Amino acid sequence: MRLHRLIAVIRKETIQIRRDLASLLITVTMPLLFMLAFGYGVRFDVKHIPVYVYDRAGNQQSQDFLKHFQASEYFRIVKAVDNYPALIQALDSGACRLAIVIPIDFSEQLGAGGPVAVQALVDATDNNTANISLSYSEAVVQSYNQRLRLDWSQRHGLSTVQSPLSVDIRTWFNENLESTANIVPGVIAIIMAVIGSFLTSLTVAREWERGTMEQLVSTPITPLELMIGKLVPYFVIGLVDTVLCAAVAIRWFEVPFRGQWTVLFLSCTLFLIVVLSLGYVISVVAKSQLAASQAALIATFLPAFLLSGFLYPVDQMPAATQIITYFVPARYFMTILRDVFLKGTSLPFLMDDLLALALFATILTILATRVFHKKLT
Amino acid sequence: MPISVAASDLTKRFPGVTAVNRLTFEVHAGEIFGLVGPDGAGKTTTLRMLAGVLSPDGGSATVAGADIAREPEAAKARLSYMPQRFGLYEDLTVAENIRFYADVFGVSRAERETRSRQLLDAAGMDPFTTRLAGKLSGGMKQKLGLVCALIHRPLVILLDEPTNGVDPVSRRDFWRILYSLLNEGIAILMSTSYLDEAERCHRVALLHQGQMLYCETPAGLKRRLHGAVVSVVGHEARRIRAALGGAAGVLNTLLVGDGVHLVVDDAARRIPELRAALQATGLAFDRLEEVEPTIEDLFVAATSEDRKP
Repeated sequence: MRLHRLIAVIRKETIQIRRDLASLLITVTMPLLFMLAFGYGVRFDVKHIPVYVYDRAGNQQSQDFLKHFQASEYFRIVKAVDNYPALIQALDSGACRLAIVIPIDFSEQLGAGGPVAVQALVDATDNNTANISLSYSEAVVQSYNQRLRLDWSQRHGLSTVQSPLSVDIRTWFNENLESTANIVPGVIAIIMAVIGSFLTSLTVAREWERGTMEQLVSTPITPLELMIGKLVPYFVIGLVDTVLCAAVAIRWFEVPFRGQWTVLFLSCTLFLIVVLSLGYVISVVAKSQLAASQAALIATFLPAFLLSGFLYPVDQMPAATQIITYFVPARYFMTILRDVFLKGTSLPFLMDDLLALALFATILTILATRVFHKKLT
Repeated sequence: MPISVAASDLTKRFPGVTAVNRLTFEVHAGEIFGLVGPDGAGKTTTLRMLAGVLSPDGGSATVAGADIAREPEAAKARLSYMPQRFGLYEDLTVAENIRFYADVFGVSRAERETRSRQLLDAAGMDPFTTRLAGKLSGGMKQKLGLVCALIHRPLVILLDEPTNGVDPVSRRDFWRILYSLLNEGIAILMSTSYLDEAERCHRVALLHQGQMLYCETPAGLKRRLHGAVVSVVGHEARRIRAALGGAAGVLNTLLVGDGVHLVVDDAARRIPELRAALQATGLAFDRLEEVEPTIEDLFVAATSEDRKP
């Protein structure tokens, strides 16, 4: 490898990137756009579920019960109606996701000590939200029950009765259970995958399309010089984008960063080598910019999005899908990112994931140097 | 004179066609050698093989002393190849393109500066160093291609139809630079489909369907054409050819863009006869006159001679 040729390619590529408004825009605005889109757009928290109520009892006690719903941040009572059809219509139109019906003899039954059936109608089109609203409703009812029991005990002169068992919950790493903290670090992996593979997938294909490759392969340049020279500028862009994303995550979305920066940069470096080499291989094979960019998105963006654990936890996937995820480099990077940001896991505990990334990086760089031939076909 | 390029039985096959068929020739240092022939004759394929960007299927070739199959990188260090399609970066300026190719070949900064100043001056491109290559005219682009090709002082330059679509002024600059290189002992191998350019070469190889018909000086090539060429300009070329093809003294006919070319044994004698014959048929025509033979005329003559027993 000759340094003068390597530097020549790096300089040439850098000038070309600088003059290409589209790639410049992608490298700067895309990370920010993704951060904002995912940071604000993707939420798994279910809050303020719209609720309609049909309070057939309509007395002090039933209102007291409903206040429990209103007080929770998970529900928002939108409207009280006075007949069933209105309730059904609201569920049909999507005006509410949960409808609560309080029986006409609510207070009488309570007074008699018998069990009272309160009806909850749930729109289960979105099964996830439906499940969560049901759990939350039960929790509200539980706490209401507890209060009733407490009141009853006090009224009968039994001083404070403790529940025999109680769970004292402490959430670790993402103390406020906010999905933003889980999502935002993962976005870095998505952005790396796109910057790395999508942009590089164009570089070799562009030279074939524009006819510049024919002259280039007639020079003594080596495939290795060409590959490294073309990837170095994108590697730098990738690292700059990492810093940019990390800054937005920490400063704007207030995601905690508890790990070591060196671990973050080491894993970013390895993952960048993986996606850059992959994009390069695709570019060499495809020979057309359109085919290359589409192949790159399918090969990196989609797996990083769907199979890395970004949206769904890997251990919740079907067994067959879980096996596939072992071949998705983004899976390891995603784990590292979340651990570094939220858990502050130190290097030794991330060794397995880093080694997996290093293995992918090695295989793909070797492939990238082998796949390019200085010949027209 | 030392041999700069030597091809021996050079062969390239593509599915269904032998693009280059056992081509053998030599180009000497200080010589401009032309590959002449119509599209599909195998000119580009030959140049690509010699440039080391296409592998031959048979035969061998050396460029500047290096075997193109066994030591392609050594050959590539000593040659320059200018493809038919503009091969430089349109989003780089003139100076940036020159710098890139100089760096790729390891030309020192001082050498690059003197050499590029000298070449740009000869090309009349001094004022355009900061212009993007994509914003240059066709002629300027080709001259820039030549400057980039010459920046590392190659021993052999391979040019594929370098003056195609180039304005006359740029073409003159182009040829002046080429001639100035001959003193440096460079060998120039170029393809062209223009006869007037072929005539500027020291020797030309006439290619047809991948095979070499002749390899000699332009003057010798012209002597191959017995007789003279009469051009008839008219719309109904096919009917004109049918009417005159069998006339006395007409050796060959060729349909061209604006009419028909007739190869005749004696132009002075046959022109009045042909005009009279054509007027008798009532077919309209604009002109009927003797013209300089074109490459195509030579071709028709050469290929029809082959067919004669």
